[in-house]
Amino acid sequence: MSSGYVQLLQQDVPLSWYLLLSAVLFSLGIVGFLIKRNLITVFMSIELMLNAVNLSFVTFAHQWHAVKGQIFVFFVMMVAAAEAAVGLAIIIAVFRARATLAVDRIDLMKL
Amino acid sequence: MNPGDSLRILPEIILTLTGVLVMLIDASLPPGWPRRGLGWVAALGTTVALWSSLWQLSLPVGTGFYGTVETSPFTVFFHVLICGIVLVALLLALDTLPEDSHHQGEYYALVVFGAVGMCLLTSAIELLVVFIALEISSISTYVLAGYRKHTGRGPEAAIKYFLLGSFATAFLLYGIALIFGATGSTQIYEIAHALAPMPNVPNLPLVLASLCLMLVGILFKVSAAPFHVWTPDVYEGAPSPVVALLSTAPKAAAFALLLRVLYEEFPTLHSIWVPVLWIVAVLSMTVGNLAALRQQNVKRMLAYSSIAHAGYLLAAFAGLGASGVAAACFYIAAYAAMNVGIFAVVTLVSGYDEKLPLVRDFRGLIYRSPALGSLLIFFLISLIGIPFTGGFFGKFYSFSAAVGGGAVWLAVIGLLNSGLASAYYLRLAFASAQRPAEEIANAPVHSTPMGIAVAAALLFAAAATLILGIVPDKILHASEAAAHTLRPPSEVQVTPPITANARPNP
Repeated sequence: MSSGYVQLLQQDVPLSWYLLLSAVLFSLGIVGFLIKRNLITVFMSIELMLNAVNLSFVTFAHQWHAVKGQIFVFFVMMVAAAEAAVGLAIIIAVFRARATLAVDRIDLMKL
Repeated sequence: MNPGDSLRILPEIILTLTGVLVMLIDASLPPGWPRRGLGWVAALGTTVALWSSLWQLSLPVGTGFYGTVETSPFTVFFHVLICGIVLVALLLALDTLPEDSHHQGEYYALVVFGAVGMCLLTSAIELLVVFIALEISSISTYVLAGYRKHTGRGPEAAIKYFLLGSFATAFLLYGIALIFGATGSTQIYEIAHALAPMPNVPNLPLVLASLCLMLVGILFKVSAAPFHVWTPDVYEGAPSPVVALLSTAPKAAAFALLLRVLYEEFPTLHSIWVPVLWIVAVLSMTVGNLAALRQQNVKRMLAYSSIAHAGYLLAAFAGLGASGVAAACFYIAAYAAMNVGIFAVVTLVSGYDEKLPLVRDFRGLIYRSPALGSLLIFFLISLIGIPFTGGFFGKFYSFSAAVGGGAVWLAVIGLLNSGLASAYYLRLAFASAQRPAEEIANAPVHSTPMGIAVAAALLFAAAATLILGIVPDKILHASEAAAHTLRPPSEVQVTPPITANARPNP
């Protein structure tokens, strides 16, 4: 490992960078949710948003020296897993009923 | 933690045990056996939970489990309301779910588990518990919405509800993360304490962003415009007994959360969230009513009507302090009673498989079935807001609260909207009172036989609507007592922080 890289690791990355990254990831999740046309990808975008929030929680937990934020992350992961179980089951039910996962074709009910 | 803490979540414990019991019995019954008795088990457990939450009134007001849950008249009010709605929904399902459906046991268990989440949501004062409770209630209702999984519409309703619901939860969660970053706490009273020195709060932009994100998340759950797009599709695709639950109980819980977040967590930002809710209320009423006018499907029409009702309810938030909260609580109770009732009637008329979903299918209902027809007209009258029904006093208190808070125009817009809304309610009422044409009278009438359970459900909903309209004072006292345990903006009490480790990084 080059010495420059080690030096970089030892430097403190400002906390705001993590928050910025988290905000960018969250926004990417929103964009993915809105423009993607496959149910699985839309679902993955939501997971991305949840993980962006996790990054924020960890950062703030570090800033406040409060372990509460890290505990929150565990609960978010657990709930996301439960949600994924139900969500994927619903996606399978949709596929069985309609033989498609394209968002544009799940349109039996419209305004 | 002291041993008395578990009494503070007694209704939730009873409901959880009931749900687990129902699932265990369901799993141990041989396939093919009737599972209808499980519905009675669930209904019994819900009744016990209802009584236990009434008993909680005798507990001193306070918090438990290290300041994460609270018992107060506010939580008891919503627990009783939610347990009552769940009870009616269970009774309705008992007689209307088809006998041959082998997932009946799961249905009852999911309804009860959903009730656990909704009840916990109203008593949580720690945002972590809020998040978990919200997810318990949401995940159960996502599955229930897709209960008719072999039709095209069932899974479609479930996936729309699931995706948009999780999307909204992510916003709420990001809001929680930001408020944690701004104040170093996720406990509602501690946050309010940290935000008390307005306007010199540290990290004000972070706090404002958090308020906005949390509002987006919660307004999604109460289906207020512009976050309402999922409502009509979900209500149309989900089975009617589920919609009776879905359109009332999770909404009541979400409104309780909204009251808690706004009046207890962000009371000092009062001047910021009141105008926002003003706009959301007007949008919800107008969008809901205008869209409902052109619906032919009864369930879709009622979905838009529920969006409009969310708007009338939000008008109460413009009221000052306790009077606004009391009006909102009363409106939630009145709305729940009449909406559960009308969906019960719709279930019986359209049938579980919804062969008769349109307004014109209701033509001559009062001649086919006088009891159902007159109940339908009664609930419609209440939804319009004609005196001697719960709907009238709900609107009356809500708009009075708005006027009291200085939002006269909001009340005027609300009244105009009520007039607009009566057009589509009356269309359905007139259709059901119309003498049927010859070919319709001779057509084979789909009729779900009315059993004792569903009759009890209808009676319960109708009696609640009537009592709220004739002698509203008792419920009003209860909602005022509930309102006074929430701390209105002017009298924020400062509770000492429970944890001492919340200190900023130097």
